[in-house]
Amino acid sequence: MGAWTMAGITFREAARKKFLWMALAAGFAFLLLFGTGLHFQVKSLARTNPLLRRQVLNGMLMVGLYAADLLTVVMAVLISVDTLSGEIASGTIHAIATKPIRRREILLGKWLGFVGMLAIYAAIMVGGVSGLAYFLSGATARHLLLGSGLILLESILLLNLTFLCGTTFSTLTNGVLVLGLHGLAFLGGWIEQAGALAHSPRAVDVGIIASIIMPSESLWRRAAFEMQSPLIGAIGLSPFSNASVPSPTMVTYAAFYLIAALILALYYFHQRNL
Amino acid sequence: MTRYPRRARNPLMNLSVCQLTSQSPSRPAIQTHGLRKVFGEKIAVKGLTLEVAQGEVFGFLGPNGAGKSTSIKMLLGLVAPTRGEAFVLGHAAGDVNVRKKVGFLPEHFRFYDWLTAAELLRFHGRLYGMTDSQLRKRAPELLDRVGLWPHREKRLREFSKGMLQRIGLAQALLNDPELIFLDEPTSGLDPVGRRLVRDIIRQQRSRGATVFLNSHLLSEVEITCDRVAFIKHGEVLETRRLQDERESEIDVLIRAQNWNSAALKGLEAWASSIHGEGERLTLRVACAEALPEIIRYLVSQEVKVYEVTPQRTSLEDLFLQIVGEDGGL
Repeated sequence: MGAWTMAGITFREAARKKFLWMALAAGFAFLLLFGTGLHFQVKSLARTNPLLRRQVLNGMLMVGLYAADLLTVVMAVLISVDTLSGEIASGTIHAIATKPIRRREILLGKWLGFVGMLAIYAAIMVGGVSGLAYFLSGATARHLLLGSGLILLESILLLNLTFLCGTTFSTLTNGVLVLGLHGLAFLGGWIEQAGALAHSPRAVDVGIIASIIMPSESLWRRAAFEMQSPLIGAIGLSPFSNASVPSPTMVTYAAFYLIAALILALYYFHQRNL
Repeated sequence: MTRYPRRARNPLMNLSVCQLTSQSPSRPAIQTHGLRKVFGEKIAVKGLTLEVAQGEVFGFLGPNGAGKSTSIKMLLGLVAPTRGEAFVLGHAAGDVNVRKKVGFLPEHFRFYDWLTAAELLRFHGRLYGMTDSQLRKRAPELLDRVGLWPHREKRLREFSKGMLQRIGLAQALLNDPELIFLDEPTSGLDPVGRRLVRDIIRQQRSRGATVFLNSHLLSEVEITCDRVAFIKHGEVLETRRLQDERESEIDVLIRAQNWNSAALKGLEAWASSIHGEGERLTLRVACAEALPEIIRYLVSQEVKVYEVTPQRTSLEDLFLQIVGEDGGL
């Protein structure tokens, strides 16, 4: 019961403080830009070989989905970065944590609220990009639902990590740390891809180690593998080539990672002095 | 916008006050033994041993840095003690079920300032597990009680410090608590607000609730508290029953003319010590209630009485005597 009250207030806060609407407005602006760009791309490719045309438009779809993934991930960190550390620092938590509500309910309630927001946001962004691509060019993602699930999982991983760091660090440190880790994963992913294309096993290993430290980017790369056309992935026409695809084991590892982050967040929040 | 039924304007008249009937008189409201908290190398609370009876208004006094707020946080489960034990309403401090019976106004009450006053009370009421129908009745009563009914739909970010303190007080009373912790409740309040706090504390006492009051305003504590504890460096130095202080012997300074030794002799009926010099008579009497009779007697002896001043030791004097002039620095 307490967790649902906290989830509700978290949702209401996002709406009342307008950042939910701002994020949606930015998302719609992005979709408008994507749709316009795709429209002109479709026009310019009218006389191109149908096979090549299809692959290029599929590549455009992947770029759109990548941008949607990036926006969702950034949104996961930005909306939640202040929720624990900020309330602890300001003392807002005092009047709440002294009510007959367990600390885990406070944390899980907030978490549920943010996961709800991210699910809606990811659905709008991924659905919007896929819908526009289909109606304007006929391009479709291969396993859209699976890919969307992995994008949502990636954003939840960052959310959980933000919660974990928020139990210990200040808001600013938390944001720098989590985005820094995601940056490391991002770079590691590209090093792994480039290493695979250049047949450099050591570069691939560096990428894998980065993914073990922070598996967020590997979830996107798996999502890209699931969604893009096998041909475009195989020939490396897009930045999301199949040169080095994260294995299902890595996805499972990422799932354990995010669960562990949430459990640790619950533990540290329970233990800490408020 | 939520509409509440219009209430009567006199807030004192319309608050439904739940009388506490289920308390066990033998069980202390608060009991601590050797409660200690250390942050790194800093000892915040050295060893707090304390007992607060049910229905008591208890003042918790000490200089800045004496460990008052940390002690309250330990009693509420916000901070885990390093050592020692604490029981609140018979259960371990911080027990989630006990918190249903506890109200708390933090020293620096912070809140979601994007909520309106009415929304804040509904939110905190839900955290107490109150139903919508209970809240529809209780929230307007409290908004009225703390004088914020006209501002119920205003967002808290538009509130003054005093108004925020009032809404903080209202959220602490939502559940008709058995035990209320008030940490500097008059901070930021004007004299009208301070009087409101005094009235609320008296009202809580009259319905049987225990009030644990931490305040720097000793004059407020003197008026409202039954008993006070003086703490310094996280230890209780002394506890005093203020009623005892009120009933104890007091020195009285009388400015008078035309007195003689016979008139002074007659004062022995009330005074244990009598000293006269010039226009000044200094008496030690058993209690302040004797003063009207003393004045009547002196007038009947044709003594011209110009001024009578009881020389009671104020709580501030007592505080300085016990805690020391250094304030614990």
